[in-house]
Amino acid sequence: MSVSIFYAILVTSLATFLSRFLGAISSEGIKETSKLFKWFNCLAYATLAALISRTIIFPVGVLVEATYFSRFLVVLFSLLIFFIFKKNYVYPTVFSAIFLSTISFF
Amino acid sequence: MINKKFFFKGFKSILTYDSPAIALGCCFIAIGALLKNLGFNFQETVFSTMLTYALPGSLVMAESLLIGASLLNIFLAVWFVNARLYPMAVSLFPLMMHKNQPKWKYYFSCHFIAVSAWLIMKSNYEKIEKEHRIDFWIGIGSATWSVAVLGTICGFYFSEYLNKEMMMGLAVVNPIYFLCMMVGASKTLEITLSVLLGLSLGPIFYFLSPEWSVLLGGLVGGSVAYMIGELNVS
Repeated sequence: MSVSIFYAILVTSLATFLSRFLGAISSEGIKETSKLFKWFNCLAYATLAALISRTIIFPVGVLVEATYFSRFLVVLFSLLIFFIFKKNYVYPTVFSAIFLSTISFF
Repeated sequence: MINKKFFFKGFKSILTYDSPAIALGCCFIAIGALLKNLGFNFQETVFSTMLTYALPGSLVMAESLLIGASLLNIFLAVWFVNARLYPMAVSLFPLMMHKNQPKWKYYFSCHFIAVSAWLIMKSNYEKIEKEHRIDFWIGIGSATWSVAVLGTICGFYFSEYLNKEMMMGLAVVNPIYFLCMMVGASKTLEITLSVLLGLSLGPIFYFLSPEWSVLLGGLVGGSVAYMIGELNVS
């Protein structure tokens, strides 16, 4: 590796903290009933949703090795389980890990 | 100082049967194992999670190190990926601002902004008086951050027992959990549209610019959802 791990961690933490800190500072003058707050709320939910779908469709890391079809099946069945079990978060989460590990193994 | 009653109330909020701590812990187990395989030692692995505490940012750092990227490239790549934390902070802190609370609490606790803690706070803030929400938030953040650090430690030590398939299983837990949480949180027209448009536009914008896809998807999807919501009200 050409870059020292120590400096890489330092730079990563600074880049991450910057967005958090700027968010905390700029939210000081914003009222929770304002239109600006509502807009940022929508932006936050949409950005998270975009991140989730990108992670599943164009993943980085070990998920790259799972096929598109297996990832699609995991999402489909996990959402089905989520609705069948009255929006319980644990069952689909546990299922997704076991299911993807199993179909990837075979 | 921090009000202990509300701090521990927040801390204990992750101890529910459907807690995000499970998904969070699994993902950081995968990160701990990944960083060890990349050549990080124990201290570097743990400090990486303690100081960064953002999964996509850690993944980007790991990938950038693998391809020999410069420090500037790592900074910019992580900043783009984690820029989502900005709207998350702006849409959370106004709910906790109170004149009786010192500013340092807000500046210190912004480090805890992450998807799991943010979603827990968004679903529970109404139950807490506004004056004490920041202490409740620090409790939630401390708990999720501790789970992330513990998960990383477990991943580091158990990496040799985890095969590729198990790592894949651990890695998919986080997006699936967050997807379910987002679907569960879609109770108003604005939020439902934000989630649906974000889910669709994120991958579409990826073809235009992989680095900007999440931010563009969020900006366009969130703005359109907001405008439709406003039109619907008026």
